[in-house]
Amino acid sequence: MKARVFVTLKPSVFDPQGHTIAEALQSLGYQDVADVRQGKYFELDLRVGSRADAERLASEVADRVLANPVIESFRIELGQQ
Amino acid sequence: MKFAVVVFPGSNCDHDAYYAARHVLGQQAEFVWHKETSLAGADVVMLPGGFSHGDYLRTGAIARFSPIMRAVADAAAAGTPVLGICNGFQILLECGLLPGAMLRNRDLKFHCEIVGVRVERTDTPFTSRCAAGEVLRLPIAHGEGNYYAPPETVAELERAGRVVFRYATAAGEITDAANPNGSVSNIAGICSAARNVVGLMPHPERACQAIVGSGDGLKLFESAVQTLADRGALQEAHR
Repeated sequence: MKARVFVTLKPSVFDPQGHTIAEALQSLGYQDVADVRQGKYFELDLRVGSRADAERLASEVADRVLANPVIESFRIELGQQ
Repeated sequence: MKFAVVVFPGSNCDHDAYYAARHVLGQQAEFVWHKETSLAGADVVMLPGGFSHGDYLRTGAIARFSPIMRAVADAAAAGTPVLGICNGFQILLECGLLPGAMLRNRDLKFHCEIVGVRVERTDTPFTSRCAAGEVLRLPIAHGEGNYYAPPETVAELERAGRVVFRYATAAGEITDAANPNGSVSNIAGICSAARNVVGLMPHPERACQAIVGSGDGLKLFESAVQTLADRGALQEAHR
């Protein structure tokens, strides 16, 4: 089963990369892009039997390795069975 | 004194750390590969700079799971002086032996230069030979040295005197201009609650002889030797 993990910086953490991208877009004329936050995206291929197991495994892996809980939070999207 | 220099795939300042301990200070030193599970009775443990695992995922994020880190955590708990330099500091943060995390430098540039680093505390095994408030000239070489911790953590570090080094001008002023990467409160290095685990982004091992531009870093190694010698003398006195 596939799971998608989205890791983003916590709102309280300054994101110099996102900020730089936003400034670049604005200098290209995209004034309506007010802000950009950059995150990470992972695709996991999980050998599990159920959506509940997939959710559990993806969360554990995300919490332990993929995200640094000091500065990042994550959310999970499960794919089709 | 035996210095153990842990080597991860991608470490590149391990030889400088070894050289400082073995050839400048004349102590015993040995490399310990990250897959080993024992530090073989090292008196001082060093996690060197570099790009362990290519900085993939996050700096130090994969190295923190190396087999040797169990032994490093045990040594830290036992009071052994542990020094994390640059990537080594990042690894200590990722495995929770020190609090906080590293962000990308605020200007997104990799900074490779000699900076002023003020010694805030001399009550750690790596700063006992420094004078409080003295400014060391040490090289930095990092793209992710922007130290971050939640406000309550920073407050606790300040309250407990656990900020060991701060970026400063040559005159010892803590200014934004002297901060190369945007780290909160100009923090360049911190220590654990028990004070034996110290992490810093600047490279003292690359500043141990005047010929390389600065010899100020040698004091950190001399401090470790002094601290252990004093502990040994104390143990002898109690026999």
